[in-house]
Amino acid sequence: MPEVHFAQALQTHVPCQAQRVAATTVRAALDAAFAAAPRLRAYVLDEHGALRHHVAVFVDGKALADRTLATPVAEHSRIHVIQALSGG
Amino acid sequence: MSDRLLIGTKKGLFTVQRSGPGRWAFGPPAFPGVPVSMVCRDPRDGGELVALNHGHFGVKFHRSDDRGANWRELAAPACPPVPAGEPPIVDMIGRTIPQTLKDVWALVPGGKDQPRRLWCGTIPGALFRSDDGGASWTLVESLWHHPTRKLWMGGGADAPGIHSICVDPRDSRKLSIAISCAGIWHSSDDGATWEAACAGMRAEYAPPGQEFEPLAQDPHQMVRCASGPDRMWVQHHNGIFRSDDAGRSWSEIKQAGPSCFGFAVVVHPKHKDSAWFVPAKKDEFRFPVDGKFVVTRTRDGGKSFDVLSKGLPEAPAYDLVYRHGLDISQDGERLAMGSTTGGLWVSENGGDSWVGVSAHLPPVLCVRFG
Repeated sequence: MPEVHFAQALQTHVPCQAQRVAATTVRAALDAAFAAAPRLRAYVLDEHGALRHHVAVFVDGKALADRTLATPVAEHSRIHVIQALSGG
Repeated sequence: MSDRLLIGTKKGLFTVQRSGPGRWAFGPPAFPGVPVSMVCRDPRDGGELVALNHGHFGVKFHRSDDRGANWRELAAPACPPVPAGEPPIVDMIGRTIPQTLKDVWALVPGGKDQPRRLWCGTIPGALFRSDDGGASWTLVESLWHHPTRKLWMGGGADAPGIHSICVDPRDSRKLSIAISCAGIWHSSDDGATWEAACAGMRAEYAPPGQEFEPLAQDPHQMVRCASGPDRMWVQHHNGIFRSDDAGRSWSEIKQAGPSCFGFAVVVHPKHKDSAWFVPAKKDEFRFPVDGKFVVTRTRDGGKSFDVLSKGLPEAPAYDLVYRHGLDISQDGERLAMGSTTGGLWVSENGGDSWVGVSAHLPPVLCVRFG
């Protein structure tokens, strides 16, 4: 199962440990993580369900440059959700 | 009289407690490192709400019902999406108006007969209503979808913002709000319908012939006298304005100490002719005139102004007080203000003299007696 990791900066505000989730896309992986920590959703996604402007997602070390949450993930993918280093 | 202050800063929420005449002491901070845009203490139930603006993770609301001992996160207001297939909404000079919540610029209790009602103004210019103490929020659709909305402009921020909400204490269904930049708006039916009206308000920056257009006005802050609600005061982008008909028409005050430019204004809750301002050199500078940090006060409805500086720092002092950085206690006896350079001062004699509480806070965004 893919594994989702959240930045320490997020864990400061919402408890969200790394977790294995049953998912084949980034969105499904995030939804599974949100189910375990409902407050987390509004920190990662905006009110329309889009990735927040200053949040970045990496899948297996590669940034989601197009910010498309439908991006597929593999059985052993590692997904990292971090704060974009906007402005230093 | 209030012995407690809530200070929203760029690096958290600070509380200050009075221990004796001129003596104020800090309690432990809350939300360290997180910008606190807005603070509201509801005098009807003692609840306290704060709006946080996480740089990366969006706007969040928290509420405490035990004077800050414990906080719980509540839902934040949400802007509606642009309907599928429709183009993004752009303003009159072609900039896209964001459709996601950027910041909270106003948070006020409703009337005494609306015990759980709160009003919230945001960037982008949206007004939200809560009838459950902030647990949930409803967009005021009539304003969001108003046909003039594309004529609203950002003023200081990229998008328009609602920063002042004044509920009429005689009739809670009557509201007046101020928007940077879209002038002054009024509703007499609890927000169902709205009308822009601010006759006499003048925008010196507008193109020739458009100086008195209601939507061109950039009120920086608007307040209403609690005991004389027809009297309102506005610190405007290019001047000070006074209304005696609940904000429908305004007269300009062109002389007020070193400058008529500034952001903050408060009015005495019992004496409508007494109001305080924190002047600055006008818009392209935004610091105290000649680096001399002062407060101006009128006690005669704007005919004359006192320039108050006792207890404030000597020049050079480049402190600027934002629109929500000045407050007056409910009995009018005390004033408090915080600055962009982290100064915090309290006056217990109507501004005649000030006591410095700190010179080293993070930049202050909001000061409220609690």
